[in-house]
Amino acid sequence: MSARQATTAVLHRDLRRGWRRRGDVAQPLIFFALVVYLFPIAIGPLPETLRALLPAILWVAAVLATVLTLPEVFAADHADGSLELLLTSPHPLALLVLGKIAAHWCTGAAPLLAMSAALGAILGLDAPTLAALLGGMALGTPVLALVGSLASALTVGLRGGTLLLALITLPLYIPVLIFGTAAARNAALGLPVAAEMFFLAGLSVLALTLTPFAIAAALRARLD
Amino acid sequence: MFKRFHPYATPMHFHRLAMRLSPWLFALSAVLFAAGLTGGLLLAPADYQQGESFRIIYLHVPSAWMSMLVYLVMAGAGGVGLIWKVKLGDIIARASAPLGASFTFLALVTGSLWGKPMWGTWWVWDARLTSELILLFLYLGYLALQSAIEDRRAAARAGAVLAIVGVVNIPIIHYSVAWWSTLHQGATVSKFDAPSMATSMLIPLLLMALAFQAYFFAVLMVRARCEILEFEQHTAWLRAEVSGDPIA
Repeated sequence: MSARQATTAVLHRDLRRGWRRRGDVAQPLIFFALVVYLFPIAIGPLPETLRALLPAILWVAAVLATVLTLPEVFAADHADGSLELLLTSPHPLALLVLGKIAAHWCTGAAPLLAMSAALGAILGLDAPTLAALLGGMALGTPVLALVGSLASALTVGLRGGTLLLALITLPLYIPVLIFGTAAARNAALGLPVAAEMFFLAGLSVLALTLTPFAIAAALRARLD
Repeated sequence: MFKRFHPYATPMHFHRLAMRLSPWLFALSAVLFAAGLTGGLLLAPADYQQGESFRIIYLHVPSAWMSMLVYLVMAGAGGVGLIWKVKLGDIIARASAPLGASFTFLALVTGSLWGKPMWGTWWVWDARLTSELILLFLYLGYLALQSAIEDRRAAARAGAVLAIVGVVNIPIIHYSVAWWSTLHQGATVSKFDAPSMATSMLIPLLLMALAFQAYFFAVLMVRARCEILEFEQHTAWLRAEVSGDPIA
């Protein structure tokens, strides 16, 4: 089996598992929607303020929902021992890990994007703002998944892992949040958003090239 | 070069070296603190705009410098421990982290104390302030990870990965925050735009920076020895050392 086949095998396996546990996949989405609806309740029914704040609210809720899904990247495999088998595989661990993260993005971030589109449209974002928001999320969520998986690898098998994960990941998510919300804000004012998109794309490429190796090192550090 | 230093890179030799060095480092930092504080608080003239309040820079600026230097020390030592499996690297990385967090906290608190009379508020969303706050959170995340993992060796290695990732991220965070704050608020509050300082003000600042460094390394020696005592508690050399009859 070649390294590519092994990676796609990991990807397919995780996707299949996500499909079989559709209920678990839906939970972060429900959480996301709940957080988005908490803000209007806290701020009050002020349509103008809420419309201005909505992209930021959607981003923050998406970041929080992402953090909650992070333990699952490695937890199930750690519990049943298949993570240790991955570590002993002859194929590069960084590549196999990338397969797992791709699957996690498909089961976690992609539904979140669809949900953001729906909520943004229902709550009255105009088309350019919505486009900038979703474009930013599409470019930014890979960074969230990759950097978050690193923290997930570092905390795999620890008690109270989710809170620790949030502590570690949230500071590292700040650049994505900055550029993602700036794009939506610019779009709402009718300003160009290309710069923010390029930055997000750049961060994505950087994360895609570097974090798999860091994640492999983190898994070995924790489990060897 | 590595070979020549290698003997000192074992915990046993480092323990002895640290024991010998730390009193000297404490003495050095005391002298530098005395000189720097006298120069800064008594001899340097008051600032023509900020009056006496500017004197807090003699604590604030060195703490801010140290907060970054210590992170580099932590990541560098952690990297050495991770890559070359040098146990001393793990020990130094673990011993540095709480010190770095304290320096960061000190920089934030002194900055805030200075900000109240100067800017009229304890906190502004200025790029540097925000980056420093994020740095504090990075330290706290490292410390939380360290305390969550029971096995010291595994904790040190996981911490090293996190610290190295942090080093890659700090410039990204810093520049994105700078981008964010220029977009957000334009020029509401500008930092006192660094006029080239008068020599009588600058020399105490440099002395204080050196004092902080000497103090950091002095405390690092003590903390590293404590780490060694815990890391190596089951080894023969340490038992011999503690019971008072050296074996080597």
